[in-house]
Amino acid sequence: MKRWQWLSLFAALALFVAACGSGTVDTTTDGSATTGTGAATTDATTGTTADGTATTQPTGTGEAGSGGEFIAFQWQGPSQANAYLSTGTKDLLAGSLVLEPLAEFDPAGQLVPALAAELPTQENGGIAADFSSITWTLQEGLLWSDGTPVTADDVVFSWEYCTNPETGCVADFATVESVVADDDLNVTITFTEPQPYPFTHFVTYTYPILQRAQFTDCAGAGADACTEQNFAPIGTGPYMVTDLRPEDIVTYEINPNYRGIAEGKPFFGSITIEGGGDAEAVARSVLEIGEGDYAWNLQVAPEILEPMEGAGNGVVLAAFASNVEHLNFNQTDPAEDADRSDFAGGANPHPVFFDNPDLIRALSMAINREELVAVGYGAGGTPTCNIWPSEPAISTNMDACLTQDIEGANALLDEIGAVDSDGDGVREWEGIPLEFDFVTSTNAVRQSNQDLIADYWEQIGVVANMRNEDAGLFFDGTNASDASIWKFFADIQMFTNGSTGPDPQGYMVQYITSQIPESTNAYAGGNIPRYASEEYDALWAQLSGMSLDDPARNEVVIQLNDLIVGSGAIVPLVYRASVSAFANDIQGVGDLNAWDSEYWNIEEWTRG
Amino acid sequence: MAQYVIRRILFAIPTLVVISLIIFAILDLAPGDPTSQLPLTLPAEVREQIRESLGFNDPFIIQWLKWMQLMFINEPLHIIDSIFNTCIGDCESRARIISWSSRAPAVDIIFQRLPQTLWVLGASFVLGILIAIPVGIISAYKQYSAFDNIGTFVTMIGYSAPTFFTGILAIIVFSVWLGWFPSFYDSTLVVNSWDTFLAHVKQMAMPVAVLTLFNTAALSRFTRASVLDNLNEDYVRTARSKGLGETMVVTTHVMRNSLIPVVTLIALQIPGIFAGAIITEQIFRINGLGALLITAIGQADVPMVQTLTFMFAFLIVVFNLIADVTYGILDPRIRYD
Repeated sequence: MKRWQWLSLFAALALFVAACGSGTVDTTTDGSATTGTGAATTDATTGTTADGTATTQPTGTGEAGSGGEFIAFQWQGPSQANAYLSTGTKDLLAGSLVLEPLAEFDPAGQLVPALAAELPTQENGGIAADFSSITWTLQEGLLWSDGTPVTADDVVFSWEYCTNPETGCVADFATVESVVADDDLNVTITFTEPQPYPFTHFVTYTYPILQRAQFTDCAGAGADACTEQNFAPIGTGPYMVTDLRPEDIVTYEINPNYRGIAEGKPFFGSITIEGGGDAEAVARSVLEIGEGDYAWNLQVAPEILEPMEGAGNGVVLAAFASNVEHLNFNQTDPAEDADRSDFAGGANPHPVFFDNPDLIRALSMAINREELVAVGYGAGGTPTCNIWPSEPAISTNMDACLTQDIEGANALLDEIGAVDSDGDGVREWEGIPLEFDFVTSTNAVRQSNQDLIADYWEQIGVVANMRNEDAGLFFDGTNASDASIWKFFADIQMFTNGSTGPDPQGYMVQYITSQIPESTNAYAGGNIPRYASEEYDALWAQLSGMSLDDPARNEVVIQLNDLIVGSGAIVPLVYRASVSAFANDIQGVGDLNAWDSEYWNIEEWTRG
Repeated sequence: MAQYVIRRILFAIPTLVVISLIIFAILDLAPGDPTSQLPLTLPAEVREQIRESLGFNDPFIIQWLKWMQLMFINEPLHIIDSIFNTCIGDCESRARIISWSSRAPAVDIIFQRLPQTLWVLGASFVLGILIAIPVGIISAYKQYSAFDNIGTFVTMIGYSAPTFFTGILAIIVFSVWLGWFPSFYDSTLVVNSWDTFLAHVKQMAMPVAVLTLFNTAALSRFTRASVLDNLNEDYVRTARSKGLGETMVVTTHVMRNSLIPVVTLIALQIPGIFAGAIITEQIFRINGLGALLITAIGQADVPMVQTLTFMFAFLIVVFNLIADVTYGILDPRIRYD
């Protein structure tokens, strides 16, 4: 009988479990039937309590924090919130709700003051006549979220913190000689050499101001024990971190000392950033299911994203900064028996690509950039022929590449003598068959574009042997990986690069000769195609000495762009946008900001 | 028995040391760069300084010895301190294993991730057992009946349909079309009322169902085979000829004998609960231990990967031991002396 009871118990348990399962389903059916809309489901599932009811109130007219919870999906969840220790944009974004710089960029790439009272200029004496220093003035009466005043000394500390070599800071202060507090509100940054573009340090979410009192023990070797500080920095922004779980979830509540409180900003009382999944999953959450308000970084194939947007719960926004998907043509010889892709002062030229602009122009003409965009990027890209693609220095001299011209490419190759002399369907250049190693990172969009490009080239008698490398190895800067972009042990590469700010000077410096990475300098430098041109070097030196309001400055940028693109070292393909989605009822976002944090104006966001 | 257990435990120590050394060697040989997700325009000198400050450039043996000290001395001390609220040695400034991406103690993050993994995987594991064993027994007892055939069909589908397919299908049907369940998992949800309990059940429903379908399939096939083997044994015929009822024969004699290998299988699967279900966690955005491991690998967060993989290895060693011991308890014929 005892065993009998055992079996009955077992069966009862199984029944109970089954009953529980179906019970759940029943309740939820009723729930969704009565509430109906996706937004209501969200509230139920995230357990929003009392303040969640505020979502039904009319838009943005109430007091600060009356708007309830805002749910953001960042599929790469933030690891911590201190920008100076970030391992990627995900962390910078998490910090940008809390920490603020002196000035930030708006979506148009215009500098606007954040903590500063106004932008320093030469006219108001903020920028030294010889560009050797810049003086910022803080707004009066600024408070940290703990209620203590913000002073110029906190700016000085942020510099001391980051320049301590043991901190492992990711911001670059190499051109800064000193940062000195003149008084409580004024701080002067002195440069090692004149900087006609002085708005790099303490500008944008990569250079926020930390509070000395909180971080004083965290500089240098102390950085490791500062988990609490890095997770919940004391800031000046509209929100404070209440809970941060690395790569999982961050929750924020309103900063009671925020300077906009009196004006009823911010509207939302709390923010939740949910991490995890991938771009497609978070796009589905906001656009199809309607269980959140914002989905970040949606690099999803257009054939998947467009139907999701068609579901009508949200809109996809795209913003262009300076990111360009491009091909690098190795100007040095990557062959194993040669000095593998070492520039060696020009002694190791690529047998086909070196100083061969016409041949590379033919390869560029054969590419249908419209099709690359349609297949891989949709609203997140537009065809380009420039490596510097953004205002106010956009070149139009290279625009012939925008139209695919297979016939023209074939004719050009015939004309320069790259003909198929042995009848195997592959052209030769000075006896060398045009067959190349073409490498990119492993990623669905890149592989589909790589396929298309190889196909275009096949039509002009050029063979591309396609390879793709894991992104972790492709962008590995330690020299441990032979697949790294800096080592460039291949003929052609494809990836995206872009400037961190709207000023081109700091970006175009990458392609000067001294920036060529090679074995003798531990592959340090951004001139990955190994482009060497005295003309370019001289022109860049000229640019670096020109003041921002010099009318000829944009002209020089265009010339630099035309020089490097015209040389064939770089073939630009697609001008890429940041793509994010917002729920339909979110208002006040304006244009998406690709030059700074996408949360840059979160205090203006409301629910309609 | 006690002697055997002690011998096994002593033997586990060098095993774990060797495992940690192998993990270190593999990670050291594998290329990886903690700065690979930073903007390309960041100068090489800044990158190098970051790697230097993390200890990335230390020789492999130094890194390993440092880690061994932290893992076997500092971390256990920290756990003891936090459980008993004590302070052994310099507990204030005790060095911990620090994750490179979050700059926070790796063990703390692992403990933070544990609940969601245990909830989802544990629930699907228990549900799987509760369903699989009765189904397996009935299928075997009524071999080739309609129940057996349907059971075989369903379990075959469950076993062969990968979770990345059934998972996406579940999201499309239950989240997108019907709007019943959320497609993500909120790990900060605190169950303190009927509503929050319901929210918790809702966010667990889909991942648990998908994993249960998969777990049940394998386990019920295994149970069925094991019961079938036993049903044809002489002792079953003897029991019947003694005049015992069918229920008695099946529950007392057949079940006890045929569940021995099933129990072993279950014990060996338990470490897998802690390791997380990497694919299922990714699909349902449950940031559990599987997701933690994958992100850590992607960011070349070496200390986190080492600590996690070592923890998995530790659990596997422990549960192997437990399986062996349980086997001895369940089957009195097995002696380890």
